[in-house]
Amino acid sequence: MAQSLYDKLWDAHRVHDEADGTALIYIDRHLVHEVTSPQAFEGLEINGRKLWRINSIVATADHNVPTTSRKEGIADAISRLQVETLDANIKKFGVPVYFGMNDARQGIVHVIGPEQGATLPGMTVVCGDSHTSTHGAFAALAFGIGTSEVEHVMATQCLVAKKSKSLLIRVEGQVGCGVTAKDIVLAIIGKIGTAGGTGYAIEFAGSAVRALSMEGRMTVCNMAIEAGARAGMVAADEKTIAYLRGRPHAPQGTMFEQAAYYWRTLKSDDGAIFDRVVELDARIIEPQVTWGTSPEMVVSIDGNVPEPNKESDPVKREAMERALQYMGLNPGTPMAQIKIDKVFIGSCTNSRIEDLRAAAGVVKGRHIAANVKLAMVVPGSGLVKRQAESEGLDKIFLAAGFEWREPGCSMCLGMNDDRLSPGERCASTSNRNFEGRQGAGGRTHLLSPEMAAAAAIAGRFADVRQIL
Amino acid sequence: MKVFRSHTGLVAPMDRANVDTDAIIPKQFLKSIKRSGFGQNLFDEWRYMDHGEPGVDNTRRPLNPNFVLNQARYLGATVLLARKNFGCGSSREHAPWALQQFGFKVIVAPSFADIFFNNCFKNGLLPIVLAEPEVNQLFDTLFATPGLKLHIDLARQVVEVPGAESYRFEVEEHRKQSLLNGWDEIGLSLLQADKIRAYEVARQIKEPWIFS
Ligand code: SF4
Repeated sequence: MAQSLYDKLWDAHRVHDEADGTALIYIDRHLVHEVTSPQAFEGLEINGRKLWRINSIVATADHNVPTTSRKEGIADAISRLQVETLDANIKKFGVPVYFGMNDARQGIVHVIGPEQGATLPGMTVVCGDSHTSTHGAFAALAFGIGTSEVEHVMATQCLVAKKSKSLLIRVEGQVGCGVTAKDIVLAIIGKIGTAGGTGYAIEFAGSAVRALSMEGRMTVCNMAIEAGARAGMVAADEKTIAYLRGRPHAPQGTMFEQAAYYWRTLKSDDGAIFDRVVELDARIIEPQVTWGTSPEMVVSIDGNVPEPNKESDPVKREAMERALQYMGLNPGTPMAQIKIDKVFIGSCTNSRIEDLRAAAGVVKGRHIAANVKLAMVVPGSGLVKRQAESEGLDKIFLAAGFEWREPGCSMCLGMNDDRLSPGERCASTSNRNFEGRQGAGGRTHLLSPEMAAAAAIAGRFADVRQIL
Repeated sequence: MKVFRSHTGLVAPMDRANVDTDAIIPKQFLKSIKRSGFGQNLFDEWRYMDHGEPGVDNTRRPLNPNFVLNQARYLGATVLLARKNFGCGSSREHAPWALQQFGFKVIVAPSFADIFFNNCFKNGLLPIVLAEPEVNQLFDTLFATPGLKLHIDLARQVVEVPGAESYRFEVEEHRKQSLLNGWDEIGLSLLQADKIRAYEVARQIKEPWIFS
């Protein structure tokens, strides 16, 4: 029978089927960071259990690390303890692959997995982090789990799971100039809603998705969780294979060719059945900006802040009113008139080399507007940072008035010192615009790196297509 | 896993859709390396008038009188009635920890985000999905009935308004049995250790690069 990519990945990892339809699923790669792991390591210790397969783990410290100089360590005592606890657990349990705060390869866990070749097609990848869906860009089954499940995987290399329903999102056609992977995924979420993918594993397909680079596919899969789906994935193709060739943790030599032969089969067969199919026309997607406190509250840059009194559903209307109040916006305001205070280019959605190149292309030879208090670029990893510096991107950003920081999660959620103050409005390339996400009272607008760069220059949201 | 069999308790409403885990427990409290102490910061930004940080004495902070859980009629609530997509966003298990340590035992909603839903079961906090019209009806009953309590019986899979209507809910069998019996799920999986090893041997032949 014709199988979908998800069917293939699921079947390849079933260890044991239970009578009630759940299965014990084998986990190939376990990514670990400091925030969701301490209680899991502690649980193992309390119960006298060992790590089942230490080689499955790739660990890093990303959420709490400072993005300014690290010579002084972490100033905040509670953050420091969390990172030191990870250091200690890695040592105690003998985990061999760890990119600690001062390692040149340290970075956001979802950036370094693929970068190191630790994320491979055909794998199951988990992490105590919802944006694990990012790794699905490599035709992997990748999803976020809670701390109890982190402990479960550590102890058993397995999880008890039930197969999700399948959702095919097909985006056909060529996107216009200045329209990016971020705009595609924001448009998808705008269409299906933040709960549209709940209970589904999404496969992103269609010519617009195939045309994306691996970085772009990661951006799209990263935000599958923002559509409510735990997993998002894209079929493997020659781009996938080319990206992985020569990466440190990918197979090498003839083993790589053998692997690639198998990876090429990781796509949905013709005639595969999906529980639901959603189609989008890429040609009509425009640069997107969110206006509210949920990623589904999104419009194109030439749109206006929506008017709640035009919404007939009372629950939705109330949510819109609440969001507008929190965001300090008036209904009907053109998005391009909204002024910003800060700009954040970074996060596991958009901090890879391609993102930084794109943003640098917009700011080159220009300067941030006078009303912009802070514009910062936070590369996704130490290696991205070094690559960008070798291309001179840091110089372009610095000359334009941006700050050039050390890698980490940074102002995506502000567990370190990088946050918004109450009422501050931020153009952000991250993935969540929830209330308080970037700092209590902070106002987040999600957009692409190009659009964030354009906003920094204009001091308000601006259509990057008019600048390019 | 903690045991859950049945429960009767006061109901509180959380009358908004898409309540995310950042709202349930803001990030600054995720720096803790412990499993306890989160209840006092549940819904911190909505519940208090000032900004909360770990290590602060929460009993001295000004409460937001408009926040539903601060209202006298809902004090001591153990059942939360919520709207769709409850628990969306971050995978932080600190969210169910905070809800439970605050005192909640059951959450009823038309839908939950997947990861949050899973995390609840692991902690003996029962998330119950009812149809949207049923949840709407419960909201109406709740607003009209001060002191409304619900009785939840997991074995029979019902939510009952005492002396009035009752609603049946679905729950996966393994989750139900784990809660009813307080099973150690890791221990249960380890009973399959031989199968896991056999699987690894087979996989190693097919995809050796996974194990290097
Ligand atoms: S960059 Fe943001 S979304 Fe990504 S892992 Fe870090 S905190 Fe989470």
